[in-house]
Amino acid sequence: MADIVSLADGVGRLVRDGDTVALEGFTHLIPHAAGQEIIRQRRRNLTLVRMTPDIVYDQLIGAGCARKLIFSWGGNPGVGSLHRFRDAVQHGWPVPLEIEEHSHAGMANRYVAGASGLPFAVLRGYSGTDLPEHTDTIKPITCPFTGERLAAVPAINPDVSIIHAQRADRAGNVQLWGLVGVQKEAVLAAKRSLVTVEEVVDELAPVPGGMVLPTWAVTCVAEVPHGAHPSYAQGYYDRDNAYYEYWDSVGRNRDSFEAWVREKVLDMEGSR
Amino acid sequence: MSTTTESEATYTSDEMMSIAAARVLRGDQRCFVGIGLPSTAANLARRTHAPDLVLVYESGTLGSKPGRLPASIGDGILAETADAVISVPEVFNYWLQPGRIDVGFLGAAQLDRFGNINTTVIGTDYANPKVRLPGAGGAPEIAASCREVFVVVRQSRRSFVEKVDFVTSFGHGRGRGDRERLGLPGAGPTLVITDLGVFRPDPETSELVLSQLHPGVEVADVREATGWELKVSPELSSTPEPTEAELAALRALKEAK
Repeated sequence: MADIVSLADGVGRLVRDGDTVALEGFTHLIPHAAGQEIIRQRRRNLTLVRMTPDIVYDQLIGAGCARKLIFSWGGNPGVGSLHRFRDAVQHGWPVPLEIEEHSHAGMANRYVAGASGLPFAVLRGYSGTDLPEHTDTIKPITCPFTGERLAAVPAINPDVSIIHAQRADRAGNVQLWGLVGVQKEAVLAAKRSLVTVEEVVDELAPVPGGMVLPTWAVTCVAEVPHGAHPSYAQGYYDRDNAYYEYWDSVGRNRDSFEAWVREKVLDMEGSR
Repeated sequence: MSTTTESEATYTSDEMMSIAAARVLRGDQRCFVGIGLPSTAANLARRTHAPDLVLVYESGTLGSKPGRLPASIGDGILAETADAVISVPEVFNYWLQPGRIDVGFLGAAQLDRFGNINTTVIGTDYANPKVRLPGAGGAPEIAASCREVFVVVRQSRRSFVEKVDFVTSFGHGRGRGDRERLGLPGAGPTLVITDLGVFRPDPETSELVLSQLHPGVEVADVREATGWELKVSPELSSTPEPTEAELAALRALKEAK
């Protein structure tokens, strides 16, 4: 059964230095508040996993929380580059960042294998690209039935996966809808999981296309209204497109980024 | 379409590119849409000559019908207007991989003579890149598994290179037969649309050849913006000017909030 906890307690209990941590949410329902709580609790040497390390990981990388990034697309969607990510890869600032790079299909299948309890996944992918030369978690495999050459990628089983959802009931059953990305797979693949939600309600009314993660598949639930901002939560609030533009100016320089971390994250201790 | 009518309208080379890119899509196709220039073109096609065009976005939407340009591939409007909303593993495993998508519409940071695409790093040392780009996203498998691939890219010597620094998405490799050797199911890039003209792979060599010039552009301009020794098709044609209707639809799409 999931425990209903505060965000600070949830991150404090579940995320440890050196852990492999996945924050998922494909543009929609990105757990931004949880990412900033990890910065506030000054976690270090994390291996961060995420298909689309956008602003949420630019912040974690810039704050020096990560030693490695496993990903498939690292940009500021609709705006341009992630400057902290680039600074870490190109100049090792604030700490060197090792990268393990895949395609979306490869990452999605790694989570599926992790959620399925299998050691690896098979896909028709990466053929002819330079990715296998630089990423040792992509290997060729021959189909034992047809002889077709395919790609194998190992399961991802994070120590902890964190997602954001629209709501949970008091028993800790989680409900999400709209674009659901790889969130279910990320939670089921992980040893521990934290779900932040817009609200905790008495009863989960059915929603068309909605998905429920039963309480016994989740470790902790924290009520964090607006916890996906600047991304969005369908049915609650829209994407803050202006923030993505604003982030470009904050993230562009080390000074402006450090001022932002101090003012908007570290000095906000205990505000959740 | 009449090519003799003089259009009074003035337009930018970017508008010509988006309109030329939209024109190549048909209403009976299912198109896997990359964000940015491809999304502009695909949405314009839906608003003009191809209202039945099925748009598929990697965020998990089948048949999106946005009334404005989405800000990103996960813009809420794509899910709200879709025929079906699905998970990301499903998009790639059930819909793209088995060959259900006709056209993959991609952008590129770098594109080479054989239509290979780089969106990973600029510079040949992967560990110490000159510029770190966003990476692959869905593109490698889109380029492999769609029946064919269209690429839309602003053309310059920086983007149009002899050989890409990193093959993120496989085009025609180093020439004809390379896709077959790798067992790639789709035909690969069959059209490249830029702000200067349109390129098609030579049927013998798979090298990209200039086949169409946009109005007001000379072959010399294209040569100047191409990082390899440009070949020009003997059947070189010119792109019809944008119509008033196309320009109005494009501008309305861009201005809609």
